[in-house]
Parts: sequence; C-alpha cells; structure tokens
Amino acid sequence: MDKITVENMNLYYGNFHALKDVNLRMEKNKITAFIGPSGCGKSTLLKSLNRMNDLVEGCKITGEIKLDGEDIYGDMDINLLRKRVGMVFQKANPFPMSVYDNVAFGPRTHGIKNKKELDQIVEESLRDAAIWDELKDRLKKSALGLSGGQQQRLCIARALAVKPEVLLMDEATSALDPISTGKIEELCLKLKDNYTIVMVTHNMQQALRISNNTAFFLLGEMVEYGSTDTIFSAPKDKRTEEYITGRFG
Amino acid sequence: MRLNRFGEKAMQGVFFLTAITSIAAVVIICVFLFYNGVPAMAEIGFFNFVGGQKWAPTNVPASYGIFNMIIASIYVTAGAIVIGVPIGILTAVFLARFCPKPLYKILKPATELLAGIPSIVYGFFGLMVIVPFIRDHFGGNGSSWLAASIVLGIMILPTIIGVSESAIRAVPESYYEGALALGATKERSVFRTILPAAKSGVLAGVVLGIGRALGETMAVVLIAGNQVQIPTRLTDGLRTMTANIVMEMGYSTGLHRQALIATGVVLFVFILLITLSMQAIKSRSEKKNG
Amino acid sequence: MDDNRIIADPKSIKAINKVSFKQRMISYKKKPLSLVMLILVALAAALSAAALVFIIVYVLVKGIPNLTPDLFSLTYNSDNVSCMPSIINTIMLTLLTLVIAVPFGVGAAIYLAEYAKKGNKLVKVIRTMAETLAGIPSIVYGLFGMLFFVSALHWGYSLLAGAFTLAIMVLPTIMRTTEEALITVPDSYREGSFGLGAGKLRTIVKIILPSAMPGILAGIILAVGRIVGETAALIYTYGSATGYAAGPLSSGRSLAVHMYVLANEGLHTDQAWGTAVVLLVLVFGINTLSAFIAKKLGSKKG
Repeated sequence: MDKITVENMNLYYGNFHALKDVNLRMEKNKITAFIGPSGCGKSTLLKSLNRMNDLVEGCKITGEIKLDGEDIYGDMDINLLRKRVGMVFQKANPFPMSVYDNVAFGPRTHGIKNKKELDQIVEESLRDAAIWDELKDRLKKSALGLSGGQQQRLCIARALAVKPEVLLMDEATSALDPISTGKIEELCLKLKDNYTIVMVTHNMQQALRISNNTAFFLLGEMVEYGSTDTIFSAPKDKRTEEYITGRFG
Repeated sequence: MRLNRFGEKAMQGVFFLTAITSIAAVVIICVFLFYNGVPAMAEIGFFNFVGGQKWAPTNVPASYGIFNMIIASIYVTAGAIVIGVPIGILTAVFLARFCPKPLYKILKPATELLAGIPSIVYGFFGLMVIVPFIRDHFGGNGSSWLAASIVLGIMILPTIIGVSESAIRAVPESYYEGALALGATKERSVFRTILPAAKSGVLAGVVLGIGRALGETMAVVLIAGNQVQIPTRLTDGLRTMTANIVMEMGYSTGLHRQALIATGVVLFVFILLITLSMQAIKSRSEKKNG
Repeated sequence: MDDNRIIADPKSIKAINKVSFKQRMISYKKKPLSLVMLILVALAAALSAAALVFIIVYVLVKGIPNLTPDLFSLTYNSDNVSCMPSIINTIMLTLLTLVIAVPFGVGAAIYLAEYAKKGNKLVKVIRTMAETLAGIPSIVYGLFGMLFFVSALHWGYSLLAGAFTLAIMVLPTIMRTTEEALITVPDSYREGSFGLGAGKLRTIVKIILPSAMPGILAGIILAVGRIVGETAALIYTYGSATGYAAGPLSSGRSLAVHMYVLANEGLHTDQAWGTAVVLLVLVFGINTLSAFIAKKLGSKKG
C-alpha cells in the first residue's frame, strides 16, 4: 500500500530547477532510501514531504504530494502534517534542555499535560529508540552532554514521541561512528513494523543493508526507482549502474 | 638601527600606558568618590544615612537619611523594567524571527535611533506630554512614579532590544527546525526553544537596562516630582538618588555637600554590583558556548 | 556532464507551497495561543516604533515653529534665550574632549589588538575596567569631575573640567569600536608588511591604522553623539554660564545643559521645544554619519 505519493513534482530555488518531474510512491511499513551524489536533490525531496522546504526563501514547488491520498499542500494543517511525518536531521539537534524535556516537547506541543502520561510516553519512546537503558538514570540531565550517537537516538526518540506515521531520516548517520550507525540501522529495521521510513543516505551499503526500495537521483532527476535488490543487482539505467559500482564522477 | 629599536620599544610603552588609563580612571573615580563620601557616612552614621527616612539638610539639626531615595530608585527602575522588558524582548523576537525584510530595514534603525535621543529630550517630552496626561487622566499632579517609569521604560528599550536580538540570532537554527519538525507552530518553536536558548543573552540585556534606568538622571528629575517619600500609589511623586544629587549639588555646602557625594557613592556601589553580575552572566554564557 | 537546471523565469511558476492565509488560520484555530503570541510580538514592535515616531514627530511639530532667528542670535539674554552660545560651547567641548580621549582610546585599542598576548591577565583586567567605565552613570561622572577636576585641581567650572570628565566617559566607546576595527584588518596585511622588513610600529601606522580608519571614525562619531547629548556629567563640571566659554578655564553651558535649564525654569517652553529640535537634529545627524561610515567599512570588507 502506498503511504506517500509524489506526482509530477518540480521544485525550484529561485531560478534553479532543483527537482524535475519526480514521480514516486513510497510503500507503507517499508524503508525507502534516496541515493545519489551531493546536490542531486534527494534531501530537497525529503524535506518537501513534511513541508520543511517552506522555510527556504525562494523555494517553489509544483505538482502534488499526497499522504494517505490527502494533498499535503492543500488544506491540511501544516503542524498536523509534521506531527504525522516526523523528521530526524543530519546533525543531531537536541534542544538545550533535559533529556526528558526533549522527548516530552512534542507531546506537550500537542496538548498532553498529564505527568503520568508524559512519563509513559517518554519511557516508551526512549525504549523504542533503544536508548532507555543508557539514559534512564539521567533523564533530568542536559541532552547536550550526551555523545553524538546518543544525541541522534534521542532525536529519534523525540520524533517517535509524537507518534508519527512516517519517519524521514536525512543522512541521520552521516556524522556518527560505525557502532552508533549500526545501532541506528538496527533500530530502523525494528521501527519499520510500525512506521514508514524514508531515508536519504550517502552510504550505498547502508541503503543496501536496510532499505526495501531505493530511488537513485542525479542532477534533480529521479533516474531509477525500484526494489533495492533490483537497483543494486540489475539496474536498468546505465547511470545508476555507474553510480553504484563507483565509476561515477 | 638602535634608535629605531628604541623607538619601537618606546611606542609600545606609550600604547601600554594608554591601555592602562581605564584601570587608572576606575581607581581614581573610586578613590575620589569614597574619599569624599565615606567620611560623611561616618559622621552621619552609616545606618542613619542609609536607613534614615528623613532628608532635611537645611534643618537645625539637619537629617541626612536617604532610605526613601534608595527605595525610590528601586521603584522607578522596577517600573521601567515592568514596561520596558516585555516590550523590549517581544520587539527583539519580532525583529529576529518575524519581521519581513523590507520592514526590518526601517524598524532596526528606528530602535537604534531611540538610543540616540538625549535623555534631556526624553525628560522634556515626559514633562510636556506624559506628566499632563497622567494629571488629567489618573489624578495627582502628574509628576510621578508612573511618569518616570514610562519614560525610563522607553529609554531602556533600545538596550534591551539590541542585546536580546543579537542573543536570539546567535541561537542555532537547528533548534527551531527541530521544533517545527515535531509539529510545533512557529510561535511555539520560537518561544519554547529559541528564546530559552538565548536566555543568558537576554538576561544580560535586561541587566544592562537596569543599570541605565538606575543611573538615569536628567529625565527623572524633570518628571518624577522629587518628593522625598516612599510612594504608595503610582501617581505619587518620588525622588531618586540621582535626582537628589543633581538638584541640590548646586547650592550645598559642608556636610550637606558631602552627604550628596555619599549618595553618589551608594548609587555607584549599586552600579558596580550590576556591572559585576553582568560580567558573571557573560562569562557563564561564554563558558557554556565555548 | 552539464547541469541544465537554470531556468529563465522563476516568476511564472505557480507554486503550491506558499502558505496561504487560509492554511495559517487552520493552524491557529487549533493553537489559539500561538496566534495570541504572534499578535503580542507584532504589537510590541509596533509600540516600540510608535514611541519613537511619536516622540520625534511631537518634538518636531512643537519645535520647528519656534526655530526663530531670535533663538540663534549671537548673544544670549534672558529674553531671547539664544542657543547660539551653547552651540559654540558644545562644539568647543566636543573638540577638546576628542583631543583628549581619541589618543588614549585609540592607543589603548592598539595595545589590546596588536601588542597584548592572548589570555594575558592584564588585558582581562583592562577589558573589565573599560566595561565598568561604560556602566557608570553620567551623574557619577559629573560628581567625580566636580571633585577631581573642579575642586582638587582647582580648575573651577570650566571647559577643561567638562572635557576631561567627558573624555573618561567616552573612552570605553572609542576603545571598543577601535579595537573591533583593528581586529577586522586581515592578518595578511600585517604579514605582508613584516615580510617587507617593516617594523611593528611602521606596520601599525602605515598599514593597519589606515585600513581600520572608517571603523575608528565611526566610533569617534558615536562618541560625539554622546558628548552632544550629555547633560548630567556637565552641569557641575562645565557649569551653566550663559555666554561663550572664552578660554579653557572658563565656564559655559553646552546645548543639552542649556535645554535642561530652560526645561527646569519652565519660563521658556517654546524656546525649549526649539532647542530640542536643534539637539535632536544634531544627534541624529551625527549618528547617521556614523552609521554611514560604518556601512562603508562593512561593504569594503564584504
């Protein structure tokens, strides 16, 4: 079943045509990976899925993006959209507050005030992000004191705390060491039972290891999209083949 | 060649001397104020001076109690804070996060212009506009705690806006994006993530504003009424320490004059405490960011 | 591989991602507090701007009709309360203050920026002291000037006493702006000059100071603005004699002090409004000049 559909989408930054006629369907409870060289538009596409591109001055989008068949650029409440489509950024960005307050920020935003309920959500989210055991004794400590890998998993927990349907991950492991990366990859595999995950990655091995479907982007165009196995073993397009075999640029 | 090297050394010495003038200036200011003020405090009795409620330098025997003026200075500063801080911080938030660019180009210089208006102009404006307004609408004779608070509140606006805005701008954009991505509104993202992160900078601006309000003289003396009393209503007049000095210094002699200088010493100590706390806030936030 | 992603006319694109008023209202309906905050923030900014506009317009409207030739007649008497002598006094005061403060301020900044080693304890003390000076209220400067220059040095109420008092007051301003200007001079200038065998002093005088000049000037002009607007520090140092200050040891009132006297007496309200206009125009002109010069520096850097 398709969770998100992108139809005839074009995106411009000023007079720069950053994405061209993208058509893409992302399946529910699957991991979809966007790969491609820097500047190919993959992160830009990801940020269009929860309207974070609205913050970019001069950014213009045409076409249609639907979440469960509903136009996200239509009358949908933007804040509600971002609640349903959570995001983890390239660089971990915990707020300068305690671990607990970081995770509770989202639920509080959406009106949950009951302390017991919050406690429960915080614990659940941290457990889901596989970081509860490490952090349960320092919930009141500042999140800025955590290691890079812990911070990123905290940000995942924070995103999970608002109970999203989709999780966007924008090169979420690119700044981390291999062990932390491994932990987060494992986590993604576990999370996809309950969430739809869309990730941007520079690391082709990562896409191969955990994604179900892969889309390859080049110069703003989506060159090829299909199951990860097909893309990596029998790519149809020559450019895809060149990229995944490392003979590129 | 030797002469040349001598010249280099000599000029370095000269630059060094100019650099330590600020130390010398602070030391001399302290010495002269304390040397001239402390004997008066001793003669009057420290607690009679600081705690005394009666200021009657021309009576026989004279009384030199400045307690009411210390309280008045604090009241007026508090009033200025109540008016200036919320407006100042909110304006800074607007400038840093909500202001459309074309508007910013007008609004930003405008807030800076506010800092350029001489205090005597503020005072005169208060005297001619705000004092009559208060007299007509709230009673009393208009020269009052309220009038001084309003004018000082406006006067500290540029300080608070300037310092707070740069503190808000220094907060990493990633906090804001993180909050938005969780479904928070723009306003919530700004007020719950950015503003708390800018807290020590904003606090520094407020403290700086407190210093300005406490030390302001010319605007206050024209509009505060200058009665030596602890006001019970906003429309009552009061006399700050600064006003006391500027009003009576011209004709005072002997112990009266010394008592005025001692008033300056008390004010100076207040300001030093504020400067110290300001520097403490600064070094704390530098440590946090560094 | 060529990148053909530059399009000619971005204006023709009908974007879907513009947040419409309707969408915004949908969000605010659910989060009314956010709407309240937005309104508060905009209201505060409007209030700040309104305060400025109101004060300036009011002063101009009340003052401009009172800018009569009488107000600028060459000699002061208690009928015309001419502000001409005080304008001249202010100019003399400003010049003398700068003559005293600029060498010290610039010299100190040169020491801090060019000679002092980083992390030096003394430098920290100097900075702390400069900040302390910057925080001292003008009335305390006035007191000190009265005790030191007027009484202890027996200068009496005089131009010299006023100028020295204000020189200490504006010292931190000049120091800070000059140091900032010196720091923005790229190190490559210094290295280039040293590389040619020039000494440190020569490098500073011939290379660094000229390229930092706009920043230094902007700081000095800022200081001029403070001097012109200052009242409390001058009443008991420069005094309030009504005529022209004939020499360094004679008293005279600056424009701001003149205005204080008028305001305080309450007898010449119209003239006080006129004087307020003169004062405002002077101070704003000076500040604009400073901003203009600083901007020129900024654009040169970029």
